[in-house]
Amino acid sequence: MQAAISRATEAEVLQALRSDRPGLNGLAALLSPAAEPHLGAMAKRSTAITSQRFGRTMQVYAPVYLSSFCANRCVYCGFSADNTITRRVLTIAEAESEAMILHRRGFSHLLLVSGEAPAKLGVDYLEELALRLRDRFAALSIEVQPLATEEYARLFQAGITSVAVYQETYDRAVYKQVHLGGRKADFDYRLETPARVAEAGMREVGIGALLGLADWRAEGLALGQHLAWLRRHYWRTGLTVSFPRMRPAQGEFKPLQPVSERNLSQMIFALRIFDPDVGLYLSTREEARFRDGMIGLGPTRYSAGSCTAPGGYGLENAGGEQFEVGDNRSLAEVSAAIQKKGFDPVRKDWDAVFQAKGDRQQAA
Amino acid sequence: MKVFCNGEAQEIAPGMLVADYLSQLGLDASSVVVECDGKILTRKEYGSHALQDGSVLELIRFVGGG
Amino acid sequence: MLTIAGRKFRSRLFGGTGKFSSPEVMKEALAASGCEMVTVALRRIDLNNPADDIMSVLDRDRYLFLPNTSGARDAGEAIRLARLARASGGGEWLKLEVTPDPRTLLPDPIETFKATEELVKEGFKVLPYMNADPILALRLQDAGAVAVMPLGSPIGTNQGVLTRFQIEIIIAQAQVPVIVDAGLGAPSHVAEAMEMGADAVLVNTAIAVAGDPVRMARAFAMAVEAGRIAYESGLGAVSKDAAPSSPEDGLGFLR
Repeated sequence: MQAAISRATEAEVLQALRSDRPGLNGLAALLSPAAEPHLGAMAKRSTAITSQRFGRTMQVYAPVYLSSFCANRCVYCGFSADNTITRRVLTIAEAESEAMILHRRGFSHLLLVSGEAPAKLGVDYLEELALRLRDRFAALSIEVQPLATEEYARLFQAGITSVAVYQETYDRAVYKQVHLGGRKADFDYRLETPARVAEAGMREVGIGALLGLADWRAEGLALGQHLAWLRRHYWRTGLTVSFPRMRPAQGEFKPLQPVSERNLSQMIFALRIFDPDVGLYLSTREEARFRDGMIGLGPTRYSAGSCTAPGGYGLENAGGEQFEVGDNRSLAEVSAAIQKKGFDPVRKDWDAVFQAKGDRQQAA
Repeated sequence: MKVFCNGEAQEIAPGMLVADYLSQLGLDASSVVVECDGKILTRKEYGSHALQDGSVLELIRFVGGG
Repeated sequence: MLTIAGRKFRSRLFGGTGKFSSPEVMKEALAASGCEMVTVALRRIDLNNPADDIMSVLDRDRYLFLPNTSGARDAGEAIRLARLARASGGGEWLKLEVTPDPRTLLPDPIETFKATEELVKEGFKVLPYMNADPILALRLQDAGAVAVMPLGSPIGTNQGVLTRFQIEIIIAQAQVPVIVDAGLGAPSHVAEAMEMGADAVLVNTAIAVAGDPVRMARAFAMAVEAGRIAYESGLGAVSKDAAPSSPEDGLGFLR
């Protein structure tokens, strides 16, 4: 796999840029060093495809951190069980209150995030919270510990629309190096999770790699393979990719292989060209300048006004942060920036009414 | 007795077996499918199935097609 | 090597047996085509002409017979024909054709889907003839079809692959072999279908009514091979705008 990338020639890059269906070989070429001189052309093509598929829009959402308890020991993460930080898990009422702050600010899509500690925050909690929030938010996503298919099905019934679960790295050796303990140390269980999410009938599943762990080019190709597999086996399920790029966190973990903004933009353009329909997230880990520059060039979903500590929006004694935010702007400011670039910030792109209570979307 | 074969009324001897009827028509039983009163007969049954008065027969075979 | 429902085929050209001027011409043309599977239909025997058994000229050891349900106008009729086909020693293979409109002979998607579901349950290897609808192709595969047969253009019209755009999508998404069927009027049409990535093609009218069906069959065989080799060898992309190295306008924000 790595070989395909390092072997790629300029001719293959140009071929991939011109092709309607570049395939994995084309993706490898677009991720390769040979493609770097053609970043401008890649940006142009990525922009055209994004415009055609998504129009001149950018979906906005906000994360709600529910809990900083975590049973895993991931060397790169602020919530690692090995770190001494103030741990907090919100009560359902507190979570609802945080969500309503965001509701008043204008958000209609929420991402509910927690560390992976089932004893502190499990399916019952999420189900209860979803039932409470579903009528006030157009879409609810979760980014929590990997669950079983039946559990995802329960949550879908309760009103959760999509699930994000990032492999962090598709490189088994690096994965073992950075995941020292907890259920997350099981590479395969995590890898199989997006399929379980789709199997359960969720509308959308989000995958991603934490940039800075293994070689970003290889991660890009692995993400492409994962997307292709999911498209083939779960054609009804929407797909998204996230690009969390390592930032300072508790534990001061330095990226093993730093990824520059140029690298990140190349990865985004390459995946957009490879899969015109995939949603692409760019979170507030990135600077405002970079995020503004990328509007229209590939990404389709931006968070805003994010706080990565449980209770951080309105509660006292918020817990420790998962990561430091790069773009601190409010929803109003981010929306203004989106509009300034000639795009429409979309706060609501779904409706709970389409997902009837007790409605099962898809079987196998 | 009367039977209907491929939409046409035919007079045949009472209690005639399907196999004999096919021979009478000059048909090779191995290339013919017989549907009798809505039920598809197996080849083995040709030699034992007796036609009734008013039976409706469809005699089908493969023909050219796209 | 093409594999459909576990069976291997060396040739990616399938033949139809209809519309030939005589059984002898049909036999020679199919031999010239190199095909290994031929479609056949089911019809009432002509009692005034009992010896007329066109299919007896074809060697059942050489050709896999693929009975079709042509004439069926709904799922019920198709299912009945399928069972008759199986009883006539046609095996479990079935080209499911449900065409209620005799003018266009276009396939009914709803009846085709219903019949596919039922026939798969009864153990048939169903190859549904369908309009080039990518979602329908996915639904038929999910229902258990062993291949899909999207049309290039309506039966007998010889218009070629008018449904190119949709067939490309079907091929990209398919988990079973895609056999482009109907409307393939010239060798260039089948080459085009194969270059797109189709797994096989089915040709009947264009060969049967050609001036010289035997030579035409050979031409089609060569075109199928050429198209397939081209596809496997990696065709160059059709050029859109040639912007090999654009200046990095709009990327000034990158650090």
